[in-house]
Amino acid sequence: MMMQKIKLLNKYTSLLLTIGLLTFLGACGTGEAIDTNNNTNTTERSNKRKLDLVLERGKLICGVSGRLPGFSFMNETGEYSGLDVDICRAVAAALFDDPDRVEFRKVSAQERFNALTSKEIDLLVRNTTWTITRDTNVGVEFAPIVFYDGQGIMVAKNSGIRRLEDLRGRTICVEAGTTSLQNFTDWMRKRNINYTPLAIIGSDPIYDNYLQGRCQAVTSDRSQLVSRRSNFANPDDHEILDVTLSKEPLAPAAAEGDPQWINLVRWTVFALIQAEEFGITSENLNTFANSEDPRIKRFLGIEGSIGQNMGLSNDFAARIVKHVGNYGEIYDRNIGKPLNLDRGLNKIWTEGGLLYSPPFR
Amino acid sequence: MSFWRNAKVLGIIAQVVIVLLVIALLAFLGDNLIYNFQLRGLNFGFNFLRDPASFPIGSSLIDYDPSNSYLRAVIVGLLNTLIVIFFGIILATIVGIASGIGRLSDNWLVRQIATVYVEIFRNTPLLLQLFFWYSVFLQLLNSQDSITILNSFFLSNQGLFFPWPATITATWLALALIALSIILVVIFWRERDRAMGMARSDLQKRSTIFLAIAIVPILIVLFGLDWQIPNLDPDSGLISGRANLSLELTTLIFGLAIYTAAFIAEVVRAGINSVSTGQWEAARALGLKGSLAMRLIIFPQALRVMIPPLTSEYLNLAKNSSLATAIGYPDIYSIAFNISEQTGRSLEILLIVMASYLTVNLIISLAMNWFNKTVQLKER
Repeated sequence: MMMQKIKLLNKYTSLLLTIGLLTFLGACGTGEAIDTNNNTNTTERSNKRKLDLVLERGKLICGVSGRLPGFSFMNETGEYSGLDVDICRAVAAALFDDPDRVEFRKVSAQERFNALTSKEIDLLVRNTTWTITRDTNVGVEFAPIVFYDGQGIMVAKNSGIRRLEDLRGRTICVEAGTTSLQNFTDWMRKRNINYTPLAIIGSDPIYDNYLQGRCQAVTSDRSQLVSRRSNFANPDDHEILDVTLSKEPLAPAAAEGDPQWINLVRWTVFALIQAEEFGITSENLNTFANSEDPRIKRFLGIEGSIGQNMGLSNDFAARIVKHVGNYGEIYDRNIGKPLNLDRGLNKIWTEGGLLYSPPFR
Repeated sequence: MSFWRNAKVLGIIAQVVIVLLVIALLAFLGDNLIYNFQLRGLNFGFNFLRDPASFPIGSSLIDYDPSNSYLRAVIVGLLNTLIVIFFGIILATIVGIASGIGRLSDNWLVRQIATVYVEIFRNTPLLLQLFFWYSVFLQLLNSQDSITILNSFFLSNQGLFFPWPATITATWLALALIALSIILVVIFWRERDRAMGMARSDLQKRSTIFLAIAIVPILIVLFGLDWQIPNLDPDSGLISGRANLSLELTTLIFGLAIYTAAFIAEVVRAGINSVSTGQWEAARALGLKGSLAMRLIIFPQALRVMIPPLTSEYLNLAKNSSLATAIGYPDIYSIAFNISEQTGRSLEILLIVMASYLTVNLIISLAMNWFNKTVQLKER
């Protein structure tokens, strides 16, 4: 009798499991699910502050893309260079007075936020667009914008595509899961243009497919298109259309819940911008040591205590400029000269750009 | 007899303890998960599925546009996966059985070709094969010149475009008629023994009906539907048509089928070898030629051995279809990835994807188990 029952149960186990799962899927569909909405005692277990952890470890762990010339790319000697890389180095300079105490980790677009929230990396500087959803829903906090970008479209010069309307009926390659895909969708919906999207995971395959002719256009951030094009066999055969689809403010990000650490990253970026505004570069830094300007004295930590409150030394800004230079130097070194990309919005405010630092006082 | 020495009671106690331990473990993990979610300021829940998806999907069986909900996007992805699994299994079975029998063929060349095929495709990674087929197709089909077959099929690096009926009602009607005629044919086939004993005039009547049910749907399909032929724009080289198999889908079905068929070939070979030689000899003694002996005597017996491992191959194919992401086909995994990127709800999305694959695979194994039962030896 018992045996029969067990047999019966075995017979129907997989059937029951199937039915159970179908019910589960059905439940997902109706949206009736557990929603735990109490955010109490969120800081109980993570009482150790990020700054202490990093200082104890002796190096900063920075998440970068590693695939984007101009932002983060490994050069012939096996070292990372680029604008994103220099932001990481600036933070390391502020912390340790040594820009080389950074460990770079390549993170993909998919894993970047999880890498931050799981504390695998201390800082994410991976040409990441600052959006409200990411800021409020993913558990990360953004530092000031380090690069004002916009989404563009790259086509072959001989394709006959000049305007967005020419993309009707074409196939467009785009990286899956990025804001590029969503922006492009919105833009084309507004104009009622039918096209075939080819969304692929990872950025390398997109450009491979584009070069092999599977898609007639590729869309991404302008800086990324320019950067990728510089690696093509015949960069001159491709052009970037004269349309900007979106605002792409690229900003570093840190995990939520540690205001001290976020302040530190934020003011490191501001120090780079403020240094350019003051005209302080890595080369002429020494000449400012005897400056009479109280603003510059405060900035360089000769007087006042601007760093102390963040847990840094007061001359953190001087350290940053000494080792990595100001924003303008970083831009010219990584993007302006090698990629020949105009600074545009990325000038400081006194020159008509958008870079603006709150006062250091 | 003492209570503690009662094997039955002890057994029950052991089972209760194990169940409690499993529940405790799950509860601990679940609690930990929710705690960590709260720690990071995240909420667990599925309500986001109602929000608009706001991303496009390259190919879809049902109407979809970016203003539809995430849930609909998931369903689109699931259907796209199901197409791959369905056609993949059919193609893999055909190729697999053919090459499995080919490996046992008396013809030296056929045997060698089948062996080389099986060994090559069984021993290289599937992902590599998919990339290989994809770039082969891409290189073969240049966008400038598309291959045209009968002026109605177009093959280019955008995919395969084929004619498609314009109206929906007529299509359903035709499909219903085809289904009806298939059912009738099956009924007639089952009664073929009885037909042998029928009078000649009755038989003729039957053949007339038989012909009619075969011809009417064919006529309707050919002429009754308003077929829309894809058209090629000579200036831009763009092809537009209602129905097309994208290059990604074609590659995926082809690649999965070729890969899985190599394994199925071995299953088929093992199955046929498991039938004792006595059966072959008996079939020959009855005067059956090779193909008839295979079809009527050997293969039905081989099926008994073949079906359980065949089921695993089908399940593998279903799971491997998630490699679609690598070549940009919007299957459920690739769409789920997109959603989790946009919403940051990776855990919820992964749970849905896992549950979907599990459901699909359990349905496949239930169907195969049922099929297995029908071919097993009936012990009376």
